[in-house]
Amino acid sequence: MHILKLIIKNMLRHKLRTFLTVLGISIAISAFGLIRTVVTAWNAGVEATAADRLITRHSVSFIFPLPLSYRDKIAKVEGIESITYANWFSGVYIDKKQFFARLAVDAETFFDVYSELLITPEQLAAFKKERNSCIIGDQLVERYNLKIGDVMPIEGDIYPGRWEFVVRGIYKPRDKATDPSNMLVHWNYIDERMKKEMPGREGYVGWYISKIKNPNDAAVISEKIDQFFQNSSAETKTETERAFSQGFMASVSAIFTSMNIMSFVIIGIILLVLGNTMIMSARERIREYSVLRTLGFSNFHLVSLIGGESLLIAALGGATGIAFAFPMVSGFEAALPKGWFPIFYIEPITLILASSAAVLVGVLAAMFPIQRTLTTKIVDGLRQIG
Amino acid sequence: MSIVSVQNISKSYWRDSLEIPVLSNISFEVPEGEFVGLMGPSGSGKTTLLNLIAGIDRPTKGSIIVANTDVTKLGESQLAKWRSSNVGFVFQFYNLLPVLTAFENVELPLLLTKLSKKERKEHVEFVLKVVGLADRIHHYPKQLSGGQEQRVAIARAIVTDPTILIADEPTGDLDKTSALEILNLLQTLNSEFKKTIIMVTHDPRAAERAHIIKQLDKGELT
Ligand SMILES: Nc1ncnc2c1ncn2[C@@H]1O[C@H](COP(=O)(O)OP(=O)(O)OP(=O)(O)O)[C@@H](O)[C@H]1O
Ligand SMILES: [Mg+2]
Repeated sequence: MHILKLIIKNMLRHKLRTFLTVLGISIAISAFGLIRTVVTAWNAGVEATAADRLITRHSVSFIFPLPLSYRDKIAKVEGIESITYANWFSGVYIDKKQFFARLAVDAETFFDVYSELLITPEQLAAFKKERNSCIIGDQLVERYNLKIGDVMPIEGDIYPGRWEFVVRGIYKPRDKATDPSNMLVHWNYIDERMKKEMPGREGYVGWYISKIKNPNDAAVISEKIDQFFQNSSAETKTETERAFSQGFMASVSAIFTSMNIMSFVIIGIILLVLGNTMIMSARERIREYSVLRTLGFSNFHLVSLIGGESLLIAALGGATGIAFAFPMVSGFEAALPKGWFPIFYIEPITLILASSAAVLVGVLAAMFPIQRTLTTKIVDGLRQIG
Repeated sequence: MSIVSVQNISKSYWRDSLEIPVLSNISFEVPEGEFVGLMGPSGSGKTTLLNLIAGIDRPTKGSIIVANTDVTKLGESQLAKWRSSNVGFVFQFYNLLPVLTAFENVELPLLLTKLSKKERKEHVEFVLKVVGLADRIHHYPKQLSGGQEQRVAIARAIVTDPTILIADEPTGDLDKTSALEILNLLQTLNSEFKKTIIMVTHDPRAAERAHIIKQLDKGELT
């Protein structure tokens, strides 16, 4: 026999209690994994933004457009390397449940600024040549079973009418944080049709994106741009892409902040669950522990015995919890409308966090019972009945 | 030559700031290989005295020398180590670990030694044979009678071949027949295996087995 065997036998003493504790920990750990995955998916969107890109939009709200004429003025500001612009195109593809970004972009410059969208020069050239073509992310290819040459019909909403775009290029995301599900169409093509069908709406863009030479100059350049358009009919607000996307989803971000907090509250709860189990066990066994000490078992042995049991329960719960988290995350992803989170998977950091949380809980839950056992005098422990 | 020498021991407990004297100025010697019976009314301090000799409690005053070691001078962890090789303790209520079999309970003190698994097995089987439980090796405490449990407890107490065997009312919870078996066993351990035994008892028939009887009354030897 080994001390480990005694730990296991102690753990199995109250099978139902241990089972419920392990179950509680595993449910909590898998909930933790799921919540962390949602939070990281959210953060990934923010982190994917580049520090060397500035977004210039209407000072009131990004839903108000800016004149195309601003482009050349912004481009002249010192420190700007290249500039492009874009607009929400939106519209309905197949039905209203299909979420992915549909943007009208400047075909000539967009891919220079967004270098994380990888596309072959041939496909990019084909896109530039054909006004009613589009480039889509490789995730859309998979999701809708598309290929080069296919036509994607879209029912316009911001730009009313029926639109058809031929797929001429497929981009690959450079890294996991890049959105693999954009659809990019020609701003020019849409602008021309507006000129004909809805005069007065032509010549406007949603926002400008400038790539700057030195990210440290972001604040200075932003201010210069905004000063330029002060007191004009459409004043601008320029900020880094990161600040832009954080602000853009500010309302949602409160939810994510609370989820973030919640994920750690869950860890606190399992600490209480396991702590309670360990305290109950230690109280019931105070006499047995005194007997072991009478036989010559040292404080170190008792720490291993109690701590080992606590860690073992926490590890079991943690491991099953992590195992549960994978099907839970895929189930959750399947239940979500496609494209809500372009990136949705359990990150290694989530696994590391979940397992260290389990280990930490195992250690902390053992502290009080250990302290209590070691400070009880042997003779007092032996007098305990039961 | 005495194996245990108790010298001017006093022990008090404190409740709040009130001193409760339990033992006062006790001295006696136990020669090696003796069987000592400790008697006295309830509350006279018998258990307290045994606990001091066994090194699981500390006297307020005085010293206790067991096989040339002054137990009162050892630190907490040294004392634990000392107990593991020098003291075998038999309790009134057996105090076996309910999750362990008879074999595993007896093996417990050997886990603190350097013995190999095979050697441990031999020792455990030998002492279980001595106490007459060779056929109950893999039984759990709740599958044993009180007398059998106490025999397992005795096996656990002697498996490390300790310097002294200490028993606090070992028959106190047993019926007549079982009590007799336990007393016979203790006597055998004393006469054949030359174990030094110090036993607390209320039972005059148990006391008969001892060679020396000490009477404790209100914390003093009489
Ligand atoms: N931890 C303690 N705190 C306070 N008083 C104690 C403590 N342990 C023992 N006592 C007191 O010391 C006295 C002697 O107790 P002890 O258990 O040694 O008596 P005993 O002779 O073994 O009695 P019994 O025959 O009933 O077992 C009792 O009055 C008891 O209340
Ligand atoms: Mg007593």
